[in-house]
Amino acid sequence: MNAIELQGIRVALDGKQVLQDIDLTIKQGDFMTFLGPSGCGKTTLLRTIAGLQHADAGTITISGREVANGEKRFHMEPSARRLSLVFQSYALWPHMTVFENVAFGLQVRKLAKADIRRSVEAALDKMRIAELVARYPSELSGGQQQRVAIARAIVTEPDILLLDEPLSNLDAKLRVEMRAELKRLHQELNTTVIYVTHDQHEAMTLSTQVAVFFGGRVVQLDKPRELYKHPKTLQVAEFIGNGGMQMNQLEGVIRAGGGVWGSHRLETPIAVMPLAEGDGVNEGLEEGQEVVLTIRPEDIKLYETNQAGSLGVSVSAVFPSGAETLVQLDAGGWQLMARVIGETEYEPGDTLFAVLREQQMNVYDKKTGFLMELSYATTNNQLGESSHEDRLSYSR
Amino acid sequence: MAARVERELAQRTRFHNQARNWLANPVHLIGIAALLFLAYTIVWPVLKIMYTTFIWRQQDVRLTGEANPGHFTLYHWDRVLASDMSMNLFYKPILNSLGVGFAVSALSMLIGCGLAWLVVRTNIPWKKTISFLVVIPYLLPSWIISQAWLTFFKNGKIGGTPGILEALVHVSPPDWLSYGFVPIVVSLSIHDSVFFFLIVGAALSSMNSQLEEAANVSGAKRMTILRRIVFPLVIPSILSGFILIFTKAISSYGVPALLGTPVNFYMISTMLYSSMRSRLTTEANVLSLTLMIISILTIYLNQKVIGRRRSFVTVTGKDSARTLTSLGRWRYLAASATTIGMIIISVVPLLVLLIQSFMLKEGNYSLSNLTMHYWWGGSNPDINTGEKGVLQNPIFMLALKNSLKIAGIASIIAAVIGLILGYVVARGRQTWLGRAVDQVSFLPYLIPGISLAAIYISMFAKPTFIIPALYGTVTLLILITVVKELPFTVKAGSASMMQIGKELEEVAQISGASWFTRFRRILLPLNRKSLVSAFLLVFIGAMKEMELIIMLITPRTETLTTITFYYAEKGYEQLTNVILMIIIAIVITVYFLAVKFGKADLTQGIGGQ
Repeated sequence: MNAIELQGIRVALDGKQVLQDIDLTIKQGDFMTFLGPSGCGKTTLLRTIAGLQHADAGTITISGREVANGEKRFHMEPSARRLSLVFQSYALWPHMTVFENVAFGLQVRKLAKADIRRSVEAALDKMRIAELVARYPSELSGGQQQRVAIARAIVTEPDILLLDEPLSNLDAKLRVEMRAELKRLHQELNTTVIYVTHDQHEAMTLSTQVAVFFGGRVVQLDKPRELYKHPKTLQVAEFIGNGGMQMNQLEGVIRAGGGVWGSHRLETPIAVMPLAEGDGVNEGLEEGQEVVLTIRPEDIKLYETNQAGSLGVSVSAVFPSGAETLVQLDAGGWQLMARVIGETEYEPGDTLFAVLREQQMNVYDKKTGFLMELSYATTNNQLGESSHEDRLSYSR
Repeated sequence: MAARVERELAQRTRFHNQARNWLANPVHLIGIAALLFLAYTIVWPVLKIMYTTFIWRQQDVRLTGEANPGHFTLYHWDRVLASDMSMNLFYKPILNSLGVGFAVSALSMLIGCGLAWLVVRTNIPWKKTISFLVVIPYLLPSWIISQAWLTFFKNGKIGGTPGILEALVHVSPPDWLSYGFVPIVVSLSIHDSVFFFLIVGAALSSMNSQLEEAANVSGAKRMTILRRIVFPLVIPSILSGFILIFTKAISSYGVPALLGTPVNFYMISTMLYSSMRSRLTTEANVLSLTLMIISILTIYLNQKVIGRRRSFVTVTGKDSARTLTSLGRWRYLAASATTIGMIIISVVPLLVLLIQSFMLKEGNYSLSNLTMHYWWGGSNPDINTGEKGVLQNPIFMLALKNSLKIAGIASIIAAVIGLILGYVVARGRQTWLGRAVDQVSFLPYLIPGISLAAIYISMFAKPTFIIPALYGTVTLLILITVVKELPFTVKAGSASMMQIGKELEEVAQISGASWFTRFRRILLPLNRKSLVSAFLLVFIGAMKEMELIIMLITPRTETLTTITFYYAEKGYEQLTNVILMIIIAIVITVYFLAVKFGKADLTQGIGGQ
């Protein structure tokens, strides 16, 4: 069953269109992440689902029940939607103890005192903070406050748990810890989770589905792995590549067949790649079409000796970071970043040979920014094939 | 056909839902209620008073044959502004008012800013003592200081016992020292400089001293830093203090009535009162309007001058370690001088008044002259034409009851209304409703208390709609106190509400808490400090209120201040002093209770605009 269905949601804030025609379906038990840069409308959509923001158009259906209809100006009370929201700021009530904070929602529902106590204790246990029950929020660390906020959200056993950038106020170590905690919680509770973040790693590691937002629209809805491998637009690729992943970009041109190459080819400043010919592949290419080519650092393999199809590069800087090393390369004036597992002995100025794994490259039309389906002619670059040792299941 | 019906039906649901959504928002419901209340208690009266000044009255027929009751005329304005009585009725009083207003603001600024700088920015010792001494005059009615002034500097002009000065040196003080401009300005300045102290002090202490240090590092000298950095940063608060005190001073009544009237020194406020008493109601209304126009002009000028820079002071909430200016070897000298000066201003007058309340005959400083007669003596036809001692006097008991009732109820209502309207202002900042409530609740600030009272007399003299004739009831006094204090309580309420994130309320909303539950369980406790401060502010204001209620008082609604003022005018000095002491005792007790148990802070809300 679908937990949430959004159809044609439109929201304007202060006369500015923040969300435009959002269609989205979220399945029961999904961990759905809304990912995007700040100001892209992801938090607004979360608030619209919660009922704190009214949609100007479109409908929201939760568990088969229509809770909002923009055309009819119908907006069900947030409390009737059976969901909970954890705010970025936690929004703990400073004048109440942890117990009172967590118990509030149950007290409002006029449950029996004993039941309230039992439920609150269970929720605190689940968040592993049972011992903090009598403290005030000001006496808690950031991570503990976060746990209280989540305990307060789950104590009412909502069908849907909404989380608005819950980790952004934590330091790096706690963030990793809480990420694991959230994943465990999702598996234990088996509720549907909608998670808003601008952090690519969080989105990749936690979600079962990711919706990428730009300018008030969903530009890509995919599983994390797909999103990482094949961003649909250049914008998404850049955004995904930003978070410390050092995505390489090259500009290139499509050249028509003829000459030595005999077929269409993709020319970049550092390499020329012949494209496959045949029915149904590489259609609609134009001579002189400008493209942008992206390749992730881990898809550049480095060799100390010349390989077939490799290009000569010189090392311009080395950034060791423990488990892996980033090597900055200079290829005829173009800067490339390669990721190597483990430590390397490269020194700046060394000459190396780099092989770009064509299959892992993504090529985008420079004008539209959309991903192009290209297939390459089987080349002399067998190394590209043989290096499919699948050494990277990327995770952090 | 069916399609059309369906479309119409959809339209209807749409409107129905839209209306329901709008009303479901507490900001809208409360906002509308608030606007109606404010419209009836503030906007309507002002419009009505304006209207009356342009219309012939029935009584005018006796004055001139041209009168045509119920029709438009400029007669009243002409009479106030351009007739043979204008000089005395309007021009002299207005010049006096403006003169007093400017002089008081300037003098208070000097005293208040100087003290604020000393306490906040230098390493002067005894800071707590000095701050406390500065606040004392604020806890007293301003005309107590006039009363004390008279005790010292009274001359034989209006008879009675001469003051201490004459008793000591046997020289009668000149009129200018005993009555009129000088003593009025001094009394008001002593009372009002505390506003400057609090406002500018708050601005100075929220100013990051890194700003000064940065200038220092760039090579600026101390004077240059004061002139180019500190002064421009606190100028918005200085100006808003100036406006606050100016508008307070021009509309003050008690002080000019005690010190000005004996030498025919009239200000608009005292002239307004005596025109009212001599049934020149419409002329009094014209005077009210001119007072309002002056206040509005001042505030407009203030906006013009400050413009956007208003928000300077509150920018840095972060409290960094302040580096204090060292006074060097002047440290203790400065502290002693300030403390002694403040004691002379705040404590000595009180002590003198206290001692006087035990003196059978004024001016006789022998031990045998001491008596408790004025506190609880019976009726003696030889003393004060038989007025009983205060604690024996049923009128006093009535006044005490009324005062406590008015101050207690009005301050609770005003504080709660302030918080609720503050909620509407803070949460509805982007909507027309929130802005309207914000603007309209500020209006009473522009209406001098005495004018507001003049309006309320005619407004509540007879029943209208469902509202009974309130004139002569304590309810009216409570109502006018609440309305007059709204600008301060709403300001304090909205400032405090803005500190509270919207999410805190939204979480509760998602949990299913109704607005009332949210207010009671979340907003109220979180705003407790501001609520108690607003309560204290209104309570102190109401206990010493004079301008606002003097015209509305009837024998049944006598309060401590009006009875004191009546005694003072009659020349029953000891009785006056006894009641003053009781007022002060009440105010100080409540002040301490509120500060100790409610963590009240007077600076909140006093910030004026």
